[in-house]
Amino acid sequence: MGVGIEVINLNAWYGTNHTLQDINLHIPANHATALIGPSGCGKSTFVRCLNRMHETNPVGRVTGTVRIGDLDIYADAKPVQIRRRVGMVFQRPNPFPTMSIYDNVAAGLKLNGYSNRRALDEIVEKSLRNSALWDEVKDDLKKKSGASLSGGQQQRLCIARALAVDPEVLLMDEPASALDPVSTSKIEDLIFQLKSQYTIVIVTHNMQQAARVAEKTGFFLNGRMVEFDSTHKIFTNPSDKRTEDYITGRFG
Amino acid sequence: MSNGGSNFQSQVRSVTDHMVTALAILATIIVVAPLIAIFGYLVFKGASSLNLDFFTKIPKPVGETGGGMANAILGSAILLGIASVIGIPIGIGGAIYLAEFGRGSKLANSIRFTADVLNGVPSIVMGLAAYSLIVVPKIPFLPFTGHFSAISGGVALGFMMIPTVCRTSEEMLLMVPNSIREAALGLGVPNWRSVLSISVKTASPGIITGCMLAFARVAGETAPLIFTALGNQFWSFSLNQPIAALPLQIYVYALSPYDDWHRLAWGGSLVLIILIVVSVSLVRFVTSRGVLKGNS
Repeated sequence: MGVGIEVINLNAWYGTNHTLQDINLHIPANHATALIGPSGCGKSTFVRCLNRMHETNPVGRVTGTVRIGDLDIYADAKPVQIRRRVGMVFQRPNPFPTMSIYDNVAAGLKLNGYSNRRALDEIVEKSLRNSALWDEVKDDLKKKSGASLSGGQQQRLCIARALAVDPEVLLMDEPASALDPVSTSKIEDLIFQLKSQYTIVIVTHNMQQAARVAEKTGFFLNGRMVEFDSTHKIFTNPSDKRTEDYITGRFG
Repeated sequence: MSNGGSNFQSQVRSVTDHMVTALAILATIIVVAPLIAIFGYLVFKGASSLNLDFFTKIPKPVGETGGGMANAILGSAILLGIASVIGIPIGIGGAIYLAEFGRGSKLANSIRFTADVLNGVPSIVMGLAAYSLIVVPKIPFLPFTGHFSAISGGVALGFMMIPTVCRTSEEMLLMVPNSIREAALGLGVPNWRSVLSISVKTASPGIITGCMLAFARVAGETAPLIFTALGNQFWSFSLNQPIAALPLQIYVYALSPYDDWHRLAWGGSLVLIILIVVSVSLVRFVTSRGVLKGNS
């Protein structure tokens, strides 16, 4: 089941570049929340702060509090534990090229020392079914490399891989921006189904996509969160002038 | 544009195309020709002296015909085994540090510089260094020091392998896209595990090529062995004693005034080349199995 996320006074830096400034928001459990804004506004950095990936960059630095469920991720836990509870799907599909489809999905469990084969079989099938890829790959699970799939299939494979470790939150950093329209709509359908079980945070450049999949939307600009509200309100009656300018295409 | 003009242009393009293709074929021939010539000449000169005795007997005293190089073949195998056990793990370990943990650090830059310098050190100097560091002085608790031995020869060759293995493996690890490392970290995989199971595994075909390159390079080395393994006319199964090696034996025989020894030297050269080709192909064959189909 998904859990809510509480962000309090979050600041992030790349070297001396202050990329995120005083972010405060509450992301509701078992809903999809979209983050929109022009390139370089800090939305990708923000989601990378939610699973402590930002600090894997040698010059990355974070201050503030992020609570996922009742876990204060910067105070109470190690990055490795947090990333098992907070899955991530990246902008470009990145399956492990040396692994079969099966091993790609099982990677998170296997690399953490989990080796019960029957349980793995079940988890792999369930994850691939959840990511709507099972029917397309079930005959080649161990024969084909994850890299041999099409781009859209690879991205659904990456979603299955993230689901296999049974996270509570799924972060998606522009998951459809490298895909064609048919694959994109499949990913969107998937997000729609998955949000009953997971809390989803999706970064997107595509405002229609945000409107289609998310109940809540946050608008980021120059490292600050300008507005956070229900998606309907953001797109029909935003309270901030800058949000309105962005939505109506006056910049960005 | 007129029809005639475009016709002329397309003719020029086609001529240029043919010329460049011809040049590329010529370059390929120039690259491959010496290899074929060397191998052909070796077969021509050496094949006649290869017989069962060559692979099973040790050299006979001057004046007696027959005999073989069995002890030198075994000796080379032992020396290369010791060298690989030393050179490959240290080289790959260094590469992992350079590419994964120490990227951009001062220590990594100085290690990289040292490896490059070491790569350019002439092999005779490596032999002299091994001679003055472990062959001449008797080091307490290291029984192979203080005299010529198979181990000191293997150490000299192993240290020659380190920089080659290290730098080629580092290049291969750097070619692994960062997005794959992030994918592993994003799954909650600890960094050390991601380095071993994702980065090194993805780069492994290239790393193996680097190891094979280093192996083939030291397999033919003579100079570092003169001061360390010394050579041996008889069977030696002790790592603590002087041991024969194919390049050493070839060197001694080729300089000798006896026709019989010259023939054996040609045979030895042929066997050395074949051994290198066979071991490199064997490693490639073994490691390429299990590679998945449809890998792009």
